[in-house]
Amino acid sequence: MIWIDSLIQGILLGGLYALFAAGLSLVFGIMRLVNLAHGDLIVFSAYITLAFVSLLGLHPFLAAFVAAPMMFGIGWLLQRLVLNRVLGPDILPPLLVTFGLSIVLQNALLETWSADSRRLSVGTLETSSLSLGPITVGVLPVMTFITAILVIVVLNQISFKTELGRAFRATSDDPVTAQLMGIRPNSIFATAMGLAMVIAVIAALYLGIRANFDPSIGPTRLIYAFEAVIIGGLGSLWGTLLGGIIIGVAQTIGATINPEWQILAGHIAFLVVISIKPRGLMPRAFD
Amino acid sequence: MYHVETKTRASKIAFYGGIVALIIAVAVPFFAGRATLQDMFFILTMLVLAQWWNLLAGFGGLVSVGQQAFVGMGAYAMFGMVILLGWDPVPSILIAGLAALILSIPTAFFAFRLQGAYFAIGTWVIAEVTRLSVAQWKQLGGGTGTSLSRSATKNIWGVEWIKDLLDVKTSAARDILAYWLALILAVLTIGFIYWLLRSRRGLGLSALRDNFTAAKSLGVDAGAIKWFVFLISAFGTGLAGGLIYMQKARISPDAAFSVLDWTAYVIFIVVIGGIGTIEGPIIGVIVFFLLQNMLADYGSWYLLILGVIGIAIMLFAPKGLWGLFSQKTGIQIFPVQRRLVHKNQNSEDKNNG
Repeated sequence: MIWIDSLIQGILLGGLYALFAAGLSLVFGIMRLVNLAHGDLIVFSAYITLAFVSLLGLHPFLAAFVAAPMMFGIGWLLQRLVLNRVLGPDILPPLLVTFGLSIVLQNALLETWSADSRRLSVGTLETSSLSLGPITVGVLPVMTFITAILVIVVLNQISFKTELGRAFRATSDDPVTAQLMGIRPNSIFATAMGLAMVIAVIAALYLGIRANFDPSIGPTRLIYAFEAVIIGGLGSLWGTLLGGIIIGVAQTIGATINPEWQILAGHIAFLVVISIKPRGLMPRAFD
Repeated sequence: MYHVETKTRASKIAFYGGIVALIIAVAVPFFAGRATLQDMFFILTMLVLAQWWNLLAGFGGLVSVGQQAFVGMGAYAMFGMVILLGWDPVPSILIAGLAALILSIPTAFFAFRLQGAYFAIGTWVIAEVTRLSVAQWKQLGGGTGTSLSRSATKNIWGVEWIKDLLDVKTSAARDILAYWLALILAVLTIGFIYWLLRSRRGLGLSALRDNFTAAKSLGVDAGAIKWFVFLISAFGTGLAGGLIYMQKARISPDAAFSVLDWTAYVIFIVVIGGIGTIEGPIIGVIVFFLLQNMLADYGSWYLLILGVIGIAIMLFAPKGLWGLFSQKTGIQIFPVQRRLVHKNQNSEDKNNG
């Protein structure tokens, strides 16, 4: 019974990791950018949401609604002013710039909010649970998982059903030809980064409700997200969800065996998958 | 008659300048205090780490954010040899390098499977796995770490000799020993990397960086060179790790595998100084040291400023401070570029030199 329980908890945890990873997956799919600051941007979004909660007295879910357009703007500007300048055939500059940004964000948060851990409080929702036959699951993890699925469905709808999505895919396939067709890659990239930051706010909301956060936790969350993206297969959002689930399940099963092995088990699952399937489980982008 | 040359006038002058600087550096313990020596030790060991990372990223295009794996592995191997097998710390440093080299084989196996920039993530995951595994090693203190015992650090090879030579206390003699070892390591590192880049293999490495497809079509074995560079960098990084922790004499997994201390700082040093040159990390480590001293009292502001400088350099001067200087003046101290030189005009190399 304990195994089935860990399995289900792990799948639900995978939903949270998929939320962390969806923005990364989107940005990588469109502009081949590996954003090392994504984890810190999620933590930053959590603090912005928290600020609206404490300043305006909003419920965290409402605060996230206010934070989302703001983070869209920040993402858009970040891409326009900084990241577009370093994108190119050389992978070094974007990696180093986002790495620098990660350090800057962590320390800026540390300076403004101190190292104390914070939390987004939603009252009884945090502890309420559903019983599914013999298994009891928390309402919040279930909501997280459903949100992850919704985010992926919406992103896929945008990608395959809208003009913006067509521009995304065209730029992803061949930026030069897309440009000839009247698409401006720089502005497409900025929109994509804005969208990724909206997803970051959603991820931050569930991160902040689920557990305490402090300025330093970005990189460790980021590493799970990257693992999910890689083992899911680059460019596939459903693959990212599957990757998140694999990492989540490995972590909860590892923790059931020995609490000290939780994180290690997730990493080992990642290494096992890439040694069997180096392109990930559901690869879409080939380059 | 034409022939291929890499030497420039600046590099010939710098060679003699370097010998003088080296003689002075060797003699520093005769006139400087312990604080200066400890600062110099820090600068030299960070320089070694920066040179190896620069070889990987700047010349090999392999951006690793997991070099802390090799520092930590080296440090723990050194502690293991001393504490569990009773070795002297100095020869244990060699084992530190070997341990890091061994770790780099599975790391390369996994990380090379990942495309492009995801290589960085692969190295980072391995570093985390190593840190978490080492934290399970109970004989070396597990998650809380351990110290080298007084008896182990008292009779390190060479300390008695330094005590007699300079008439100093044991603790001071230990700092001097660490400093000299760091100096040797730094000189060997720079010498080796310079030699490597001027060799056939180095030419292949630069060719792969500049045009991957063209280099491969001319028969450069990309896989073999990548493996070689990654493994040798791990060895050098492991040696530095062992040496740094011989001097610290206290270890814990979080400190020895710190991504901030052993990778972030190193990246900033290389980026600020100038990535893809041997001179860059030398300039970078000096700037880094000065910044650290100036901003030491400002805590997290220091890292914030360092990050902003790093980003600004990547945006506006991607070749770093040395790159700016070199572009303006044409001076290269460690030239690795091959130039065709006419026999009778070997001093007219202003434009290329």
